[in-house]
Amino acid sequence: MQAFTTLTGIAAPLPKANVDTDQIIPARFLKSISRAGFGKNLFANFRYNEDGSENPDFVLNQEPYRKAEVLIAFENFGCGSSREHAPWALLDFGIRCVIAPDFADIFHNNSFKNGILPVRLPKEVCAQLMEDAKMGPNARVTVDLEREVVVRPNGEEIPFKIDPLRRHLLLNGLDDIGQTMQHAPAIDSFEAKQKAAQPWLYA
Amino acid sequence: MSAQKPRTLFDKIWDAHVVDTLPDGTALLYIDLHLTHEVTTPQAFDGLRAAGRGIRRPDATLGVIDHNIATDASRYTGIVDPESALQVATLEKNAAEFGMPLIPLLDERQGIVHVIGPELGRSLPGMTIVCGDSHTSTHGAMGALAFGIGTSEVEHVLATQTLLQKPAKNMLVSVDGNLAVGCSGKDIVLAIIGRIGTAGGTGHVIEYAGDAIRALDMAGRMTVCNMSIEGGARAGMVAPDQTTYDYIAKTPDGPKGAALARAMEWWKTLPTDDGAHFDTVLRLNAHEIAPQVTWGTNPEAVLPITGVVPNPAEVDDEAKRVQMERMVQYMGLTPGQRLQDLKVDVVFIGSCTNSRIEDIRMAAAIAKGRKVADGVRAMVVPGSGLVKKAAEAEGLDRILKEAGFEWREAGCSMCLGMNPDKLTPGQRSASTSNRNFEGRQGPGGRTHLLSPAMAAAAALAGHLADVRDYQPKETV
Repeated sequence: MQAFTTLTGIAAPLPKANVDTDQIIPARFLKSISRAGFGKNLFANFRYNEDGSENPDFVLNQEPYRKAEVLIAFENFGCGSSREHAPWALLDFGIRCVIAPDFADIFHNNSFKNGILPVRLPKEVCAQLMEDAKMGPNARVTVDLEREVVVRPNGEEIPFKIDPLRRHLLLNGLDDIGQTMQHAPAIDSFEAKQKAAQPWLYA
Repeated sequence: MSAQKPRTLFDKIWDAHVVDTLPDGTALLYIDLHLTHEVTTPQAFDGLRAAGRGIRRPDATLGVIDHNIATDASRYTGIVDPESALQVATLEKNAAEFGMPLIPLLDERQGIVHVIGPELGRSLPGMTIVCGDSHTSTHGAMGALAFGIGTSEVEHVLATQTLLQKPAKNMLVSVDGNLAVGCSGKDIVLAIIGRIGTAGGTGHVIEYAGDAIRALDMAGRMTVCNMSIEGGARAGMVAPDQTTYDYIAKTPDGPKGAALARAMEWWKTLPTDDGAHFDTVLRLNAHEIAPQVTWGTNPEAVLPITGVVPNPAEVDDEAKRVQMERMVQYMGLTPGQRLQDLKVDVVFIGSCTNSRIEDIRMAAAIAKGRKVADGVRAMVVPGSGLVKKAAEAEGLDRILKEAGFEWREAGCSMCLGMNPDKLTPGQRSASTSNRNFEGRQGPGGRTHLLSPAMAAAAALAGHLADVRDYQPKETV
């Protein structure tokens, strides 16, 4: 996993609540067996017309947002399906950070596991960042995970909080399976106890 | 672990599965059953392969193919779409390579992962159950802690049989009194989501309780728990009781004899203690719930079937108004229009929400002796090969086919638009599935969620209809 430390880039405004993972990547594009290549179908139902041409009204088809690295949205971002293809599609497009008032639980988890930082900020702050983002190419935002601040284009710093363990894993790009493997003796002894007490759970 | 403090059903299952606790309070939680399917696993197996890891507990892991396959006769001749075929072949190859038990595609036990787990007796009370699928919440109806995970977590569970988790908050949803005629578990859960909203359960595990929940059969409880995620809760659960135990006793793989007796001793300790703390509580009166139908593009946009399309102009909050305007436009509606006047093109009875034998019985009871309206394509897709077989043994397939319904093979079908069963742009469907998101059943498709009985009524009427006007002519 790629580490996330600090990022300065274009933020795309997506002023919608309840952006579900079917919108982020529709199910018909989930057939790949690799993690790569989902970016071209990110938000496919909005980005492309029925004939496959680009919809010029959609933000990610407009300059400078074609190169967006941050996405600003409203409440309950990432609700619905558990598909990790949603963060894979965002990442493949180039988005490393989503800022919203709140996130659905599974998407929130999945993001951290792919080096994407989901930042929760109050609705009115998101609305402010949304207006900043609409300003175009100079409206670059900085997201600093080390210091836990978002820096607006005018230099104003907005603090945010990330769970310390998740922050540590993301700052260092650590895979948590390796970390869990260090608990193997505890897992062994749990299984031995459970097998004695609840043998029907074991083949 | 504090033995004295009253605990919820969730607390008890959680406490019984904590392997270790990290300094920041994150728990390493043991997973008793890991269900897998073809869509959310290929990248997890790649990860295992790259790291030289295997599956820690193949006996606690079970794979099934459900999302990609056709539900018509073509399943017997091979999958037409090359990408779908590759995804299915990849699961078969990974199962063989890593020693994961897999239900073969043409095995009669094949079906939707959330139907087969309980049906086979693999999903049991007190268990922790995960699957790379958000509707894993379904298995909570067994009195288990069951939730959906992403592919990275699938890999984590395959390798370690554990997950790193922060404890959730406890939410109680009590549905008191008796459910009215024409209503079922689907109407209960849609009414709940209408009340709490699509994010009302975020960060929580919901325990469903109350007379109306107790009165539901296991299929009804599964329908309710299934849609917990549509209210934002990763898991929903119902405490096990005699209904649960009777159901398990009939399953092929559930514990038997002395093992069952021993298991029941532990299961009977699971229900929430008197005085246990819930962070959030919602109470509903069952008799106030009318047959429900969604009108918009998230499950919270739901109304009684007697309702009319709401008017966005009457909404003060700008963001909400804009969202509602978009819903009305996408769904091809006019504010003030009666929901019962909306003509449907397709009726879909199936999905992990409503494809069990009890659901098919409800639909057949309404359809018996009647005909699907002209111009409506109505399909019934059983949740598993075993459900299909049971329905055919009862003659339900014949009743439905005589009424003009298509009788299909088991699979996810038209729930999600990734196999051949899809809506075309602009088509309106009455669907027993779980998501009415834009494009969920196919790009441009318009989905109205409702119960199996309501779906059958819509098929007969040719428009959304009040099932109370279509009561059974005779019992099936």
